[in-house]
Amino acid sequence: MDETPRADSPQSALPPTRRNFSAVAIHGIWAVIVAALGVPAIGYLLIPAKFRRKSDFVEAGDITQLTPQIPLEVAFRRNRVDGWRVVSEKSTAWVVKLADNNVVAYAPQCTHLGCAYHWDQRRTEFVCPCHNSVFSVDGKVQEGPAPRPLDRYQTKIEGTKLLLGPVQTSSSETV
Amino acid sequence: MKRRLKALNDWVDHRTGLPTAIQTFLYEDIPASAGWHQVFGSVAMFLFMVQAFTGALLAFNYAPTPGDAYNSLRYILTEVTAGRLMRGLHHWGASMMIVVVVLHMVQVFLYGAYKKPRETTWMVGVMLLLLTLAYGLTGYLLPWDNRAYWGTVVTTRIAAQAPLLGSYLTRLLGGDESIGVVTFARFFGLHVLLLPPATALLIGIHVYLVRKHGVAPAPGDETLPTTKFYPQQVLKDTVAIFIAFCILFLMAVAVRVPLEQLADPTDTTYIPRPEWYFLFLFQTLKLFNGPLEVVGSTVLPGLAVLLLLLVPFIDRSAMIKVTRRTFAAAVVLLAAIGWGGLTAAAVLTTPPESRQAAIDYSEPTEWMQLTPEEMAGIGYFRAENCASCHSLTPGVTGIGPDLTQTASHRTAAWMIQHFKSPAGVRPGSSMPPIQLSDSQLNTLAAFLLKVNADNASALSSAPDFAIQGALVYQARGCADCHVVNGSGTEVGPSLNGLGKRRTRSWVEEHFDDPPKLSPGSIMPAYKLPQKDLDNLVTYLFSLPEP
Repeated sequence: MDETPRADSPQSALPPTRRNFSAVAIHGIWAVIVAALGVPAIGYLLIPAKFRRKSDFVEAGDITQLTPQIPLEVAFRRNRVDGWRVVSEKSTAWVVKLADNNVVAYAPQCTHLGCAYHWDQRRTEFVCPCHNSVFSVDGKVQEGPAPRPLDRYQTKIEGTKLLLGPVQTSSSETV
Repeated sequence: MKRRLKALNDWVDHRTGLPTAIQTFLYEDIPASAGWHQVFGSVAMFLFMVQAFTGALLAFNYAPTPGDAYNSLRYILTEVTAGRLMRGLHHWGASMMIVVVVLHMVQVFLYGAYKKPRETTWMVGVMLLLLTLAYGLTGYLLPWDNRAYWGTVVTTRIAAQAPLLGSYLTRLLGGDESIGVVTFARFFGLHVLLLPPATALLIGIHVYLVRKHGVAPAPGDETLPTTKFYPQQVLKDTVAIFIAFCILFLMAVAVRVPLEQLADPTDTTYIPRPEWYFLFLFQTLKLFNGPLEVVGSTVLPGLAVLLLLLVPFIDRSAMIKVTRRTFAAAVVLLAAIGWGGLTAAAVLTTPPESRQAAIDYSEPTEWMQLTPEEMAGIGYFRAENCASCHSLTPGVTGIGPDLTQTASHRTAAWMIQHFKSPAGVRPGSSMPPIQLSDSQLNTLAAFLLKVNADNASALSSAPDFAIQGALVYQARGCADCHVVNGSGTEVGPSLNGLGKRRTRSWVEEHFDDPPKLSPGSIMPAYKLPQKDLDNLVTYLFSLPEP
């Protein structure tokens, strides 16, 4: 610390270069400290936690119960990883056997703002009560502000049992 | 550009007066003798801000109720980005704050800077010291592991011994019957809601008083021209802060703060110890027995605090040069020797860590779910140096195939064939054959069948004692009669939760002569080498409860 001016030299006697050096050093050190604390803090808050536990597939009914093109609301329990805990919670899905015999399961929230939509038997369409988004039986947006088709659960079929996995956002996918 | 900045500055100054205030603050006159010895106050204040910052961040991922506290802290340590760093900073920052606050006091004491008219500054400082200790005391419980729990049991019992106030203090701390949700909530409330504003207020008063009376001059300063706080002293403070910060950061990165097992009030083997800066108090307590205990636990510490508060009124002599304050130096030296001696005595009389290896729960503990066979497989995986070509660390690729991706597509039989003759099964393979017996290769295959990209790093972090224990378990064929994690034959009792049912010495003796301790047992006696026995028992005790 030879560069540091002696404490007993009055400030006015300091040559301007010394003053500049001090100012730069002070600001530089504080910038380093703020960065060393700030960058990890941003990572701490914004980078998602490591997701080591994957959601398993859970059984959600029997596909022989389904009438083609008529969605059925099924309720099931699944374990969801919620921060530091795994919660067992009730979930629902709209399950429908499409015209091509594929069974799909839609997540029960409208893709606009997350309201619960329902199946309108008369119109044979999914209708969201919040902002009047309307989806066809294959999940496509028919009317309203919904930005994308209905989100789907990953599905597996074992025998006649329907197994549901995590929800996949159908952001870019065209249904 | 410069003119614009000046205009902006003037605008703000006119509306808020802030730039002028900062100017006044920075260009305060300080005595010519000011220098490096006066940096500690700034460092302490900086450390307080680091504690507030890291504490707030920890609180964003922390649930302040007993069971969840532990789980959420584990989540911070094992899953949240930079979570371990934040906890390390907060943990070591607390210790460092004690060190720096004490250094600050010692400096002020040695220089006699508490003298007229600075008595109140000193007394507020003593209160800040007490607050710093209160943070340490209340924060100790918050991880809710065994260390936290048992340390706090002792603390609340000490509080209960306080003359007259004891029972009220206990009730206030919620520790009437035992340490539970109420005590936890009170400690958390104190730690994050009451202490921080109190500290901020007292720091405000403390700094205001320092400004009001000016930095304490040394004899001889009267004849010298004063200097300014900025830039020389600010630079010295900043450099000192930077050094402290570097030490803190290095410790947070390099020195791992373990998390012990979840608080277990039924654990009879745990030896509670307070944090290092309370060890001297802990030791003082041992010097007093029976009805005198209260002297050591509350009377003496109370008197010490009172004495500390009254220092400026006891020593009212005129200011003299620091080099001539021999009595003050002697007091500091004696205090240091007393403190050091008591702390050393406490450390020396702590029974040696029991042979039981401590499990660090701040690491993933997925390995606890593995069968002994799979665990032994990890042992052979390490012994055969498989990792030098097959990395289990995500993102690191070795020379050989990534086993976290490929192993699950193979069968055990294929693997064993491949281990014996790699090139025979996969032409062109440059892997050397593994020289192990069939049963050993079996365990290796069992482990590799279990490993996938999600659990690889968690499994490969299994502690050594558990692997060695599992190897002994396999070699002695324990699975022929016992079940662990659902694997084995149930002739004898399942070994999950053994640590809850039996003590360590019971289990060790039982190996020696089973029928003696469990009449009718058909288990043969095992004379295991001490090291094997230690590893095996520690491993069995670490198994999850059924």
